[in-house]
Amino acid sequence: MSTEVPTRAGAKAGQATHHMPGRESADRKQVTQGRWASLLLAPTLVLLAVVIVYPIVNAVVMSFQKDAGLDPATGFFVQGGFAGFDNYIHWLGQQCNGTACPPGTLGAQFWSAMGTTFFFTIVTVILETVLGFWMAVIMSRTFRGRAAVRAAVLVPWAIPTAVTAKLFVFVFAFEGIVNKLFGSQILWTGSEWPAKWAIVISDVWKTTPFMALLILAGLQLIPDEVYEAAKVDGASAWQRFTQITLPLVKPALMVAILFRTLDVLRMYDLPAIMTGGANNTTTLSILVVDQIREGFNSAGAISTLTFLTVFLVAFIFVRFLGANAVGAATSSGKK
Amino acid sequence: MATATATAARTAQAPTRRRAFDWAPLRTYVQAAIILIWCLAPFYWMIVTAFRDTGYTFESTPYPAHITLDNFATVFDTSLGNHFAQNLLNSLIVAGATTIVALVVGVFAAYALARLNFRFKFAVMGFILGASMFPGVALVTPLFQLFTNIGFMGTYQAMIIPDISFTLPLTVYTLTSFFREMPWELEESARIDGCTQGQAFRKIILPLAAPATFTTAILAFIGAWNEFLIASQLSSEATKPVTVAIASFTGAQPHQEPYTAIMAAGTIVTIPLVALVLIFQRKIVAGLTAGAVK
Repeated sequence: MSTEVPTRAGAKAGQATHHMPGRESADRKQVTQGRWASLLLAPTLVLLAVVIVYPIVNAVVMSFQKDAGLDPATGFFVQGGFAGFDNYIHWLGQQCNGTACPPGTLGAQFWSAMGTTFFFTIVTVILETVLGFWMAVIMSRTFRGRAAVRAAVLVPWAIPTAVTAKLFVFVFAFEGIVNKLFGSQILWTGSEWPAKWAIVISDVWKTTPFMALLILAGLQLIPDEVYEAAKVDGASAWQRFTQITLPLVKPALMVAILFRTLDVLRMYDLPAIMTGGANNTTTLSILVVDQIREGFNSAGAISTLTFLTVFLVAFIFVRFLGANAVGAATSSGKK
Repeated sequence: MATATATAARTAQAPTRRRAFDWAPLRTYVQAAIILIWCLAPFYWMIVTAFRDTGYTFESTPYPAHITLDNFATVFDTSLGNHFAQNLLNSLIVAGATTIVALVVGVFAAYALARLNFRFKFAVMGFILGASMFPGVALVTPLFQLFTNIGFMGTYQAMIIPDISFTLPLTVYTLTSFFREMPWELEESARIDGCTQGQAFRKIILPLAAPATFTTAILAFIGAWNEFLIASQLSSEATKPVTVAIASFTGAQPHQEPYTAIMAAGTIVTIPLVALVLIFQRKIVAGLTAGAVK
């Protein structure tokens, strides 16, 4: 584009002003495009500001207010008002009215919910990455019936998480098919670790396909010639995997891992339906929802803390692990 | 499966002269079969149970046995306190409205991001991507209070507004990557033939973009249809969508989970989605992975 315009303009204007008219029209084009862009983007940005930015600012403001209610120490009704960092100290320090929150109350669960959330995140993302990679490699091979496998993989993804949760409660029921198949007698949702693993398995079943499809899309970008060349050079299958597949698929893989990580960090549906957060399966999201009815402002603080946690993890991914989702999304526009 | 193994055997024949037997194709088939079973078995079990007599809920016969349609009747039976038909309608209204708003608004933004050069493009894309990964739970608290104050609690808009927070970014993101792949030379030709940029957009680009837009609509619809967290907090008994209804389904016996009825309800909710997904499989995979790999 930029090569063509100046030549044509230059032919008319003569040698001396060769580049000038071209650049001017490009500038003008940039300005009109900019005006168009802001017009077209405005509705989206305004709407997102209303549905996301406004509630978030609201939550932050709330988090610095006192919850109105009865003061358990004095028995008097306490009006709201500025609370400073009290709500944050309440959660982070698990402090209720100056002493440690009694076990069983929501206030005593912040760090265990944080731990549970990260347990789910780390375990499911690792399992999903390994299984997803395996599925993607199989699906990238040519064999008859490949289309059927690629279609089947979409089934768990399409099922609503609430239905998945109920389905797995049934599958993991005491008299359910899992115990029958393995001859085990485990009360899956009745104690901590079986419950956690039941949730992990449900999540892995539901979301590995998404991971596999993202990785598959990355695999398909690697030209066959690269593998052929490596074969000619005598690279073993393992060498081809570690030296060609892994580095070349890394951008897609990192974006897939980023998406999944941020998604599990906000996990709510599966544990909320499968265990109701019992047996130490309360995630941060469940804790926020439980808190809403016990005091908005305190809930505002923990919801802000959850948001900050997710934001921090996303930042670490993008900054230090090179998960460049924005770059992947914008770069191909300049081809 | 029979033809599959036959092919495997045939392709395995060729290199026999070099080695005893080439296991590679067979191994691929075995692994493909494992993936197939892993993905479909729980889904299959849901359907089998949906058609199974309540008295045989925990039967482990691997094929449909004690077949009955009673569970589907139970699902729609309002005397047990469930209003499944209403719940279906609610889901349709909420997911439909969310999808329409997200598409109508998002299509313009996607066009700008895919086609126009402007400053802050990177920042806008970053903001939209960030919004799509935003934890929905962080919205529930402030919206719960806000909607209580303005009387929105339990209304359809109380779900549609927060649902837009994740469908709109998804729509913009997916459409942007679709739009980049389109033959934009046609737009140039329309401009040369005297169309304005707006006319070129309406008359040339929108019809061309219809398949991409439709795919994006399916993705947005599935996202909103499957939403649970926001709906479970901000809906009322009357506006409750299916996901929330299924989670709190009540059966005839008070202390017994009505598993067969729940599986029937799950089947009703899932079959249309699975059908949609299988029909538009290629497009949906393209839409899901759009942008992540380019």
